[in-house]
Amino acid sequence: MSTENHSHHIVSFATQLKVWIALLLLTWVTVTVAYFNFGNMGIVVALGVALVKSTIVLTYFMHLKFDSKILTAFLVLVIVIFGVFIGLTFFDYALR
Amino acid sequence: MNIMSSSISNSDTIAAHYVDEHRDDEASKLGMWLFLFTELILFGGLFLVYSIYRMMNPEAFAAGSFHLNVSIGAINTVVLITSSATVALSISALQFKKKRLTINLLLVTILFAFIFMVNKYFEWGHKFELGLFPGGDAFNALEGGERLFYVLYYFMTGLHGLHVIIGAALIAWVAWEVKVGKQTHDNFAFLENAGLYWHLVDLIWIFLFPLMYLIN
Repeated sequence: MSTENHSHHIVSFATQLKVWIALLLLTWVTVTVAYFNFGNMGIVVALGVALVKSTIVLTYFMHLKFDSKILTAFLVLVIVIFGVFIGLTFFDYALR
Repeated sequence: MNIMSSSISNSDTIAAHYVDEHRDDEASKLGMWLFLFTELILFGGLFLVYSIYRMMNPEAFAAGSFHLNVSIGAINTVVLITSSATVALSISALQFKKKRLTINLLLVTILFAFIFMVNKYFEWGHKFELGLFPGGDAFNALEGGERLFYVLYYFMTGLHGLHVIIGAALIAWVAWEVKVGKQTHDNFAFLENAGLYWHLVDLIWIFLFPLMYLIN
């Protein structure tokens, strides 16, 4: 298979900088939110922001948006397997 | 057209100096991702252990987390995110044929990795002085749940720190390859794969930071 015919997508400097600023803002949100007492919602907000941040990193910095979709499919598969793993373990502990 | 040339290439003429590189960037990237999946499962398993123990000892985990230095954690988050950005920028820079800029961005990334580890040194060093390490006096005086928190804290941030060191070494190697012309604007699979590894380090910290430092 020739590598010349599928040209590499170049992410512009501007896009990378926007992604960087978005990640910094989300970090600020996590830290700020942590100082308010949301009780059990605190962990939900923290994990929610972390999921958004990691999706941004995967999409742009790790190039998944521009690469072959097979990589994204594999990643989803791994996340599903991990989800099953978490689900079963919590099920076990919840029912002891 | 004889049988030999048709099996080599579709093109009618092959230059005498043509050397087949046996290159497949996409497969090389897929291989890197397969490795990253094992890393995700490795840290995933640790996060699972963390979640279960935290569920069983909510107060102890909150108390343990309270003693971590949020400022250092937050600064290190910014440092890692920025270093992720500089690696991503270096790949674009190489594609734009800006070799000098590529190398400089990679060197800045290594500098950020160094800053991260220096912060970590002061952070851990302070806890060691207080005896807050497995086997230390202050650690032994803690109740079980809080000890679990510190064991997980040291193991997970320690394993992550090891990844930071390996990632920085990889990036130094890549920077050298860019310098000597082994990584070029149309042949940079190693740079991309080292970049992927570095982003994974960032990705894991994105979860470690709120889960370790911000429980309250």
